[in-house]
Amino acid sequence: MSTPGYKSHISSAFNAELEDVRQRVLAMGGLVEQQLVDATRALMELDGDLADQVRANDDKVDQLEMVIDDECSRILARRQPTASDLRLVYAVIKTITDLERIGDEAHKIAQMARDLSRQERLNHHMMETQHLSRQVSLMVRSALDAFARMDAEAALATVREDVKIDREYEALMRQCITYMMEEPRAIRRVIDLIWCVRSLERIGDHAKNISEYVIYFVKGKDVRHTSLEDMEREVLGSP
Amino acid sequence: MTGVQDRTPITHGIDIESMQRERSRVKLEDETIALEVDKLDLFYGDKKALKSVTMKIPQKKVTAFIGPSGCGKSTLLRCFNRMNDLIDGCHTTGEIRLDGKNIYDRDVDIAMLRRRVGMVFQKPNPFPKSIYENVAYGLRLAGINKKRILDETVEWALKGAALWDEAKDRLDDSALGLSGGQQQRLIIARAIAIHPDVILLDEPCSALDPISTLKVEELINELKKEYTIVIVTHNMQQAARVSDYTAFMYVGDLIEYGSTDQLFTKPSKKQTEDYITGRYG
Repeated sequence: MSTPGYKSHISSAFNAELEDVRQRVLAMGGLVEQQLVDATRALMELDGDLADQVRANDDKVDQLEMVIDDECSRILARRQPTASDLRLVYAVIKTITDLERIGDEAHKIAQMARDLSRQERLNHHMMETQHLSRQVSLMVRSALDAFARMDAEAALATVREDVKIDREYEALMRQCITYMMEEPRAIRRVIDLIWCVRSLERIGDHAKNISEYVIYFVKGKDVRHTSLEDMEREVLGSP
Repeated sequence: MTGVQDRTPITHGIDIESMQRERSRVKLEDETIALEVDKLDLFYGDKKALKSVTMKIPQKKVTAFIGPSGCGKSTLLRCFNRMNDLIDGCHTTGEIRLDGKNIYDRDVDIAMLRRRVGMVFQKPNPFPKSIYENVAYGLRLAGINKKRILDETVEWALKGAALWDEAKDRLDDSALGLSGGQQQRLIIARAIAIHPDVILLDEPCSALDPISTLKVEELINELKKEYTIVIVTHNMQQAARVSDYTAFMYVGDLIEYGSTDQLFTKPSKKQTEDYITGRYG
């Protein structure tokens, strides 16, 4: 199956509506990415003001989700999309839910950054957390790039990244636990940090979900809850 | 991760407020009104076919009438250029105002009215003449016979009806040789050639295949930039696709009238909901 085009309908208004909704998803993705970048910077630099800004911006993400949802329901009611058009609208509706959740996780990280900025500085595991956050940011970006280009192979590559993120997350959790046993005085701060690490791991899962919707749109196959091998077979064809 | 650079996310240019405004952009109160129907009753003999219909048709927008057979939607459409005058025993009370002037006043020139309010029927009805003469017909009736003006207008009208490319090399061929979809677009070209203000479409696609239907719908979308369009359709999906406003009628009553977005996503009347979701009957 070739990559479905969505800009070749006889109805130019329909083309414009689909392009518009797609652009809005990308705009929302850009906003969510920025939120994530700002939230982790607030965490690393213990910048309470930046953390507050992230918390204030979360409202924009929520509003965008509602606007796009509304636009999708309008398209469903008025255009009765079928085949790839239906899958596109469906993928958009699912994608913005995950984007909104990523926004929520960034919001949580900002909240923890706020709390941590009021306590004694925690010097352990910050580098590791920063590394994880960079990996996660890149994964969100590559999921959005795959969505922008509706590129199933790029989406598959993003799904593969999630395994690495999960591994890094587990290693970091183990280190945090060990540190808390050694240094009970730091428990409260380390728990705050663990919340952030947990949020980052969840963001990776959401980016993986978005990539799966891209594969669904392009290939017409629901690859959620399947193994990576099955997904590869679906995207790359049988070996 | 290949191909993914560590760039700053693009977040500028997101104007959420304007997106939200856009959501509620289509409002009848904000429109310029082309036709105003005021307490219109219509009788076929003793039978009342329209019951005190009051509504405003916005200018340069597409307004669709939907409803089950016999609900009065075609009857109402035909009132806009007084086609019902041709039916014996048909009479109306109430008013329809075009630019503030009641079209049912005694001093109204009906030929003039029909020039301003053109009509396209269910079945394409080209004259047994050439493609060119079909489009030029209304102009000749209006006393325009200059070849240059006729040529220009025919080309302009055929382009406007998205038929020029298909017809330009066969303008002198009989219009009857065109396909159904082409014929219907020819009729639309014939209607716009005399520069009407309003175009009435009575089931314009019911005799066409799905692709021709989409082409006519796309044409309607183009035409609304210049003309006020009122369309009657049995096909609810078509109303949803092409119109800005939709009126739902049921046995002579106007049940609900509002923006198409609203009517097809959250109708305010249960009768409308039942009809558009297929629970009626």
